[in-house]
Parts: sequence; C-alpha cells; structure tokens
Amino acid sequence: MDYLYYLRQDKMPHIWCDGCGHGIILKSILRCVDKLGWDKNDIALVSGIGCSSRTPGYVDFNTLHTTHGRALAFATGLKIANPKLHVIVVSGDGDATAIGGNHFIHAARRNIDITMIIYNNYIYGMTGGQVSPTTPAHKKASTAPYGNPDEPFDISRLAQAAGATYVARSTVYHVGKMDNYIGNALQKTGFSVVEILTPCPTSYGRRNKEGNGVDMMRYQKENTIGIEKAKNMSAEALAGKIVTGVFVDKEQESYLNRYNEVIKKAQSGV
Amino acid sequence: MAFRYEVRLSGSGGQGLILVGKVLAEAAAIYDGLNATQSQSYGPEARGGASRSEVIISDGDIDYPKAENIDILLALTQEACDKYIGDLKEGGVLIVDSQMVTKIPEGNFQVVAVPIIQSAVERLGKFLVSNIIALGIIIKLSGIVSEDSVKHAIRSRVPKGTEEINIKAFYTGIDLAQNWLDQHGPLKH
Amino acid sequence: METPNPNIKMWQGNVACAEGALAAGCRFFAGYPITPSSEIAEVLSLRLPKLGGNFIQMEDEIAAMGATIGASLGGVKAMTATSGPGFSLKQENIGFAAMAEIPCVVVNVQRGGPSTGLPTHAAQGDVMQARWGTHGDHPIIALAPGSVRETYDMTVKAFNLAEKYRTPVILLSDEIVGHLTEKVEVPPIESLGLTDRKKPTVPPEQYRPYEMDSSDIPPMANFGEGYRYHVTGLAHDETGFPTNNPEKIQAQLERLNRKIERYRDEIVEVEVQYTEDAEILVISFGSTARSVRRAVINAREQGIKAGLLRLKTIWPFPGKEIEAISASVRKIIVAEMNLGQLAHEVEWATRRSKPVVRINKINGEPITPNEIFNAIIRQD
Repeated sequence: MDYLYYLRQDKMPHIWCDGCGHGIILKSILRCVDKLGWDKNDIALVSGIGCSSRTPGYVDFNTLHTTHGRALAFATGLKIANPKLHVIVVSGDGDATAIGGNHFIHAARRNIDITMIIYNNYIYGMTGGQVSPTTPAHKKASTAPYGNPDEPFDISRLAQAAGATYVARSTVYHVGKMDNYIGNALQKTGFSVVEILTPCPTSYGRRNKEGNGVDMMRYQKENTIGIEKAKNMSAEALAGKIVTGVFVDKEQESYLNRYNEVIKKAQSGV
Repeated sequence: MAFRYEVRLSGSGGQGLILVGKVLAEAAAIYDGLNATQSQSYGPEARGGASRSEVIISDGDIDYPKAENIDILLALTQEACDKYIGDLKEGGVLIVDSQMVTKIPEGNFQVVAVPIIQSAVERLGKFLVSNIIALGIIIKLSGIVSEDSVKHAIRSRVPKGTEEINIKAFYTGIDLAQNWLDQHGPLKH
Repeated sequence: METPNPNIKMWQGNVACAEGALAAGCRFFAGYPITPSSEIAEVLSLRLPKLGGNFIQMEDEIAAMGATIGASLGGVKAMTATSGPGFSLKQENIGFAAMAEIPCVVVNVQRGGPSTGLPTHAAQGDVMQARWGTHGDHPIIALAPGSVRETYDMTVKAFNLAEKYRTPVILLSDEIVGHLTEKVEVPPIESLGLTDRKKPTVPPEQYRPYEMDSSDIPPMANFGEGYRYHVTGLAHDETGFPTNNPEKIQAQLERLNRKIERYRDEIVEVEVQYTEDAEILVISFGSTARSVRRAVINAREQGIKAGLLRLKTIWPFPGKEIEAISASVRKIIVAEMNLGQLAHEVEWATRRSKPVVRINKINGEPITPNEIFNAIIRQD
C-alpha cells in the first residue's frame, strides 16, 4: 500500500522522538483504513493534547485537534451531527484517563459509535515526563522523583467495566495483532477501544533505566502474555508482564441506533 | 392609565402554586386579551420550604414583573403568611387556609379565611387539588379574569387525565368563596 | 373570553430560548443539568427529536461545550445552555471555539455567584466572565435579553451572528428573565432573517480555512464535505496547521479580533427611551432594565427629565453609543445586579466626563423601580 497517499507529507518531519512507538501505531491505523477501502473524505480523526494527539496533523483526513482530554466530547458531537463520518479518536494515557477520564467512561457507557485508539506509554511525554495514571507503581517520573506512590489504571479493564463494545490491547512490537485489533475496532458499531503499549524512551525509559526504543520493544516481545494464558496465572507470576488480547467483543445497540429510536418515538407522537 | 393587578400565591414547595400562577396568567393573557406575567421565587427544595408565585395582570405593558403592592395575597402556610404579608397593599385581600394559618397578622387589609385543604380532601378526595380550589376563590373574589378563560387555561395546563377533577376543584373554590360572601358580605375594592 | 390567537404563547424565558433556537435552525443541543437553565435542556430533549434533531445530556459541562463545537463542525447548528458554575467550566472550550472559529451558541442564565452562589436567584455578575472568561485575546459577542419575547428573538440573532462571523455567541440571560412567564407573539419564521455560514467556493486543494480575505471572515467547510483540513486550538496559519511563525501568528490573531470589531456597528444594538432631552440617563440591561423603565416613567410623570439606555448587546461593548447618548446629560446612573461590572465600562466609555452613580445589588433580589427612582431624584 501507499502510505504517502494518506500522509500530509508537507507536515514532516513529525515531532516524535527516536525510538517512540507512535509512528508504528499511525502506520497500523493507515493500513487498516486502506484495507477497509474507506474514502479519506469520510474519516475524521480527532485528538486531545499530547504526543499521540499530534497524529491528526500528519494524516490527510478531516482532522480535529481539540483541548486536553476532550477529544471524545468533540467527537461525540461530530459523529451525531454527521453519522456518515467514520470518527476515530486517538489519545494518550494521560489525555484519555486523567483529564479525559470522565469522557472516556461515559463514551463507553453510552456506546457512542466511535473507535478510540489509546497510545499508552505510561508517561506525559510532551510536557516532560510527568507521572501519568498508567505509570506503574514505584517507577520514576519528573513529578515522581522518589518513585510513583500511586497504583496505575488498567485502561482495557476500565473500558470493559464501563461498557465498551470492543476492547483489545496490543504492544507496538506485536504489529500483526495491533493491525488485527485496530481493524476489528474500526468495523464495530458502538464504542470500541484499542489500547496500544508504546515505548517512550525519552521521558520514561531513560528515567527508569529501561534503555532505548529497541530495548523497550524487546521488553515488550519477551514479557507479553496472551489474555487466555494469563487467566490461569497467579498475580505474582503476572508481575511485570503485559497482558494482551481481546478483552471484549460483543454486539450491543449503539448510541446512534438508540437515538434513532428516540426520534421515531418522538415523531410518532408516542 | 393602565391598571396593574398583583397576585401573590404563597405556601410551601409542592403545593402547586407555580402552576396556579401560570393558569391565572394564561387565562388573562391568552383568553382575556390582557397582559400578564408570572414569576416565582423558591429555594432548592422540590417539596417544602417557602414558595411563592406571582402574577401581574395589566391592560398595558408590564415592566417590573415582581409584586410590590399586592392586591391579593394567598397564604397556604403560616410561614408564608408571616413572611409575605408586608407587601400586601392597604385594603388588599389576604386569603388564607383557615386551618393552616391560625395567627392572622395585624394590619389594614381584608381577611378571607377558608378551609381550602380540608375541602380538597373532604369534597374531592384529593389533597393535591387545593391549589385549584384556591384559584377558584381568587377568581370569584377578584373577578380579574373570566371563569370561562380560567377553565380553558386549566384544561391546557394541568396534567392530562386530571382536567375534570381540576375543573371540579375550581368550582369548589368558587362555591367556597360564594359561601364566604354570603356570610360576610362583599369585599371592598 | 376571546378566541385565542395560536401565535400568542405564554412562555417562560427559557422555553422561548429553546423555541428560538429551533426556529433559528438549531438541530443539536448538548447540555448538563444546572439551575436556572435546565428548562432549556428539558424542552429541547422533547422537541429536537420531533424535528429529526439530536439532544444529548453529556457527562459534564465541559463535554457539553465540546460536543456542541463538534456538532457545529459536522455542519449542524448547535447550542448549549448553562449557568454560572457551568459557564466557568465551559470557558476553555469557548476559547477553542473562538480560536478555531466554530459557530455556536452558549446560553448563560445568570444566577448569584461567586461559586455555587444562589442557584435559584438572579444575578448579572457574568458580564466580565462573558468577555474575558477564557484566556488570551479573543473576540466574543454577548447579547442580553430583557423579556421573554426578546429571549426568543435574541436566541435567533445569536445563531445568525455565530454563523455570519464564525464565532461563539453568548446569550447572557438571567434567572428573572429565564423563569419569567410572559406573553409572546411568535413572529413568522420568514421574518427571522436566518443566516448560514459562508461556504468555500474553491476546489478543496485551494481551500484555506483561515484565509486572510478582505472580509476577515473565512468561508467554513463542514467535516465530510470533501474539504479535508485541520482544526486546532494551537496558533495556526491560514491553512489551519500549527505554526510558530511570529508574523503569521500575529496576523491571524489580529484578524481574529478584528473580524468582530470591524463589524461592531452591524452587531451592536441598544434601546433608548426618553433620551432626547434627558438630564439623567439610566443605563442597564437584562431584567434590571425593566425596573429602570418603570422608574424612568415614574420620574417623567413627576416632570423629571430621566431617560433609559438599555444595552441589548453587551459585547462588543456599546461604548460609542453610550458616549453619544450621554453627551448632553448631567448624571449617569448604572443599575445592575453585580458590583459595577457595567459601570466600570460606562466610566471608561464616557472618559469619566460625567458622574456615574452605581446601583448594585448582589443578594439575589431584583433591583426595584423605587430604588432606581430614589437614585434619580437624589441630588448628587
């Protein structure tokens, strides 16, 4: 496929650092869109603030770069106003689950017809490596110099509990799985979430002595366990491991379908 | 010069006084061709607390929409009566529920005490229609809008299915007011 | 009893706002419950789906503002409504709408503040927040209705201005007007002068969403219409993409502010009464202006030359109009349910050439006609 067809080449070079996994996710999104044969005019890519949220600037879709944490709110209005648009939200761990956490759980509860791809690198990269809601306990960050005192969110479990129709997690190392999950998510009606673990060597790896991007991806390769296998493992055995796979894949009526019923009721005078 | 007639309906939240205000204002403005405004003041409670609803009726423009020089004050609780009596104009009419308001304040005004809530329960079996009974009393005593207009406004504003009981409540109020007039003679206007 | 005219309604101000929005073509509303504005959401939740439109109650005020902007970008006229605390929460995204030039209407039914304040009582304390609530230099339009009918008309106007100037427009109502039930003769829809955003006429590859054209108001394509472009709250150039180029940033931000300022004569409306020979001018807005009107009429009946100037547009500020109308008066009185937010602007507009007497009330109770009358007759 021709990646350049989808990229705004005049916006290169991108802002992402050497060893960052975000570009791998971007390519996966483009492969999936290409495979689906969607018209670029029919795709809206919406983001909030952060490194991941710079993705829309580089792709030749309808692109909307909103305020911090609020991408889902804007995307909800956009999707309702123009249901023909394929609305995809890209977000980081801080954007999606700290400042935007409320929108995240309610988008899942509402089952709004949007696909959300969360680039989880355990850190606020753009602002200089501050601790995020997914930074593992005891790891260091620029605002956790003695180690993170908090427990992290499990984003996929959070999305599952809040009611998303499709939830899957991969790492950027496992490109085949990532493509598979993003492709599935884009085809779901309702709220679908794909969480991708992506290395941030600059702000996270360096501070926690986890090496460069290659080292961090090697860690992903060697420490990933499938969700089925993980079900039979103890918490101790799972410590430091990355559990990937499809957490949820179900059919449930989406928000737009439900609201069409509201419109029918209202118009029939019931 | 345009006339300006001020009615304040007071009691506690949940007694339906805002609805009565809207019915009265609609009767005047939509069906009697006058001008009318309705406003309210209330606390955070959906039930209880002091509540007031005000209607201004005029044949001219209504600028200030709040009651200041009240012609008729309805008080369904002692608390409301004590709180709002100060705005009743000299010679104005205070209508109270005779069982809820037992301490009538001193002052130069006319008092009409009627067992409104008791009548709702005994004659119609429904405490909730006390508000419309009170409206009937106000209409009979003031003549500010026509009974036909009020009936139309009641039908348009009350919840579906409750039209007939509310119309009955309205006539119960008119009847109570007539009895009062028969006993005490006409009010001074 | 008369046969009722079907166009005459007894509407609450908030109902008139909802109905005005529908008449203006609003087909999307996102809200969050807050007193004293919730009736707007309630009416629209009932009415919008009947017209094939969408109502959505969002998870918070911030989301309601975001969804409103998103819907507008999707090509649907969109509105949200709130009161003080919610207005505070919406500010960041109001800034986004201003910066990205997305038309939308934000209703603020003002209540007592600061903070949670007086949820069920009126105030007019958000004059400055409407202007400067969000960070940075940006334009804004704010309209203040004084009656239920005017709430209807101004909601329509708010949409028309938002579409015409690609900007968020604030309807600065208050609890008294919002909860007042009053007679409204609904105007025919043909009389409303409905306006839609200017669309690009160039092919997509030539489209510049923030071009510096002679009107200062660039055409706006909706998402999904074949114009694939970028919208961001970052400082951007005429292509819509972020830039760090100081000249381009300066030029864009100057255009952004100029696009409202240069059209201010088309936007600004004031109402005057008895001002031709007035010696004392009372300036007010919103519900308080109703008390002023009564006080001025009372004063005239006693032979006192008082006049009324009511600001229908608060922002852009009608400074020029105030200066002209007050030129021959001896004294200015500004009545408002805050501690002098308007008075401060009036002093600035008149260059402190006249004494400005302030009538301020912030206890949730309206300023009465008598309080204003007393200020008119007082020798100061």
